Amino acid sequence: MSMKYLIVFALAVFIAAAAFKSASLSPAPVATPAFAEDNGGITLPEGFRAVVVADSLGAARHIAVSKTGDVYVKMERVRDGRGIVRLHDANGDGVADQISAFGPFSGTGIAIKNGYLYASSNSEVFRYKLNDREEPINTEQPEKIITGLIDRREHNSKSIALDDAGNIYVNIGAPSNACQIRNRTKGSPGQDPCPLLDSVGGIWQFRTDKLNQTYKDGERYATGIRNIVALAWNNTANDLYAVQHGRDQLNNLYPELYNEEQSAELPAEEMFRVKKGSDFGWPYCYYDHLQKQKVLMPEYGGDGKKVERCADKQKPIYAFPGHWGPNGLLFYTGTQFPEKYRNGAFIAFHGSWNRAPRPQAGYFVVFLPFKNGMPSGDYEIFADNFAGGNLDPGKARFRPCGLAQGPDGSLYISDDQKGRIWKVMYTQ
Amino acid sequence: MKRIHIIFSLVVITTVLLSAQTKPVSKERMAAGKKVYDTYCLTCHQADGTGVPRLNPPLVKTDFVLGDKKRLIGIILKGMDEQVEIDGNYYNNVMASHDFLSDQEVADVLTFIRNSFGNKAGAVSPAEVKAVRAALNKASKR
Repeated sequence: MSMKYLIVFALAVFIAAAAFKSASLSPAPVATPAFAEDNGGITLPEGFRAVVVADSLGAARHIAVSKTGDVYVKMERVRDGRGIVRLHDANGDGVADQISAFGPFSGTGIAIKNGYLYASSNSEVFRYKLNDREEPINTEQPEKIITGLIDRREHNSKSIALDDAGNIYVNIGAPSNACQIRNRTKGSPGQDPCPLLDSVGGIWQFRTDKLNQTYKDGERYATGIRNIVALAWNNTANDLYAVQHGRDQLNNLYPELYNEEQSAELPAEEMFRVKKGSDFGWPYCYYDHLQKQKVLMPEYGGDGKKVERCADKQKPIYAFPGHWGPNGLLFYTGTQFPEKYRNGAFIAFHGSWNRAPRPQAGYFVVFLPFKNGMPSGDYEIFADNFAGGNLDPGKARFRPCGLAQGPDGSLYISDDQKGRIWKVMYTQ
Repeated sequence: MKRIHIIFSLVVITTVLLSAQTKPVSKERMAAGKKVYDTYCLTCHQADGTGVPRLNPPLVKTDFVLGDKKRLIGIILKGMDEQVEIDGNYYNNVMASHDFLSDQEVADVLTFIRNSFGNKAGAVSPAEVKAVRAALNKASKR
């Protein structure tokens, strides 16, 4: 008789323990993503929907997604002394349930690679060691791996990308429009040679695992680049790619050579396949996608047609219309999206200001197909209507900036006007 | 003097002073100023004066536009390249010097800006521009 009671009692304890254990875990994952009815204000191709992961974070620049689906957002300005935001989705519906922040520095670049979260300010690069779930072990103590990079306000954001060989690539933009003696001043010629290229106007390569590296510890990997925000390492092609912000104000500074229409369209926003030693020609040259030619900048004697020293500068692998403002670049490697997207590039165009008084353009995310490391077709607009009908930099509702891929193959997009984050998924 | 005369004089003087402050700018003056704005300012500060976030400051009801005229004239003549907070934000692009504009052009464009984009402020005269320009030239020769 007592044995029976013992067994029942043991069973009851067992069941109770099991129930208690499952209750103390996070809520069971929700199967259906919480798609926004209006996809968070953007338009997407047939079959795609978007969840609004988080909203009103502030100026959200680049993003990185961990293997457990946590989104790390690099903020342009610190808020309450913190410049990295972590978005955690506890119940799997796509919307962030827990939002926390750390990192007392503003900036643009962020990436996760081989057990570390890397993030940049406008002059330094830090990294946080991650645990097995790719969470920062100690958010109070990052390692400073790079310091002393030039920040003179103009073009000071430091995008980063990491290869598979322990190197980190940092864009160091030139604090200049076209290396004039007096920046952006009518009548001021270009400095020849341009003395800035020693320390800015290019992409520098450093090691990921050495502390306090300065310019002398790194190497100028590529030069002749005005400013890059959209920077990415392509693992399948095993190369670095970038999309450049071309120079401004052709009509303002040289009205006798360029009218408003030409000034709005030129120069092209160039996409580069960046190799060690590449020289893309800034400030001496720009790419005219209508002539399909790299031509001499007016600051250096150009007239819109002369080529001269630009003949041996590296051409872009693709050219987009002027001033669209490429801010994000991602090579898609997931299987969630249809086959045609595999290994292609998503590019976030922040939206123009320098086309005025002509209508502005950009304010969308495009897709450019790739094959064997090179574009294999023309771009198509993938996500649109970020500006909400106001294609003006001040009034645009959203301006896309960062792109990241989730572990499930979803595409994440960030906005730096107000700080909305979208998770785009294929639903068919 | 009768009190009524004193009051009357005060009213007249006040009215004259007030109307001088808010005297509407002539259409011709605004047109002249807009021509300068469209040629030299619009590309960066945009057609509606709202500027470009983080790059080119807005001209809408900011202290720089509505406040001290000498400082504002100085910005047109010298340009601006400093980390300056404007209504809680920072703007990273440099503004070039526009000292090649005449005193009349500077006065016209500032009058236009101070009475556009929702702004309402007193006009700027060529004499005021001339004075600032002279002071800047003198300072740079020291």
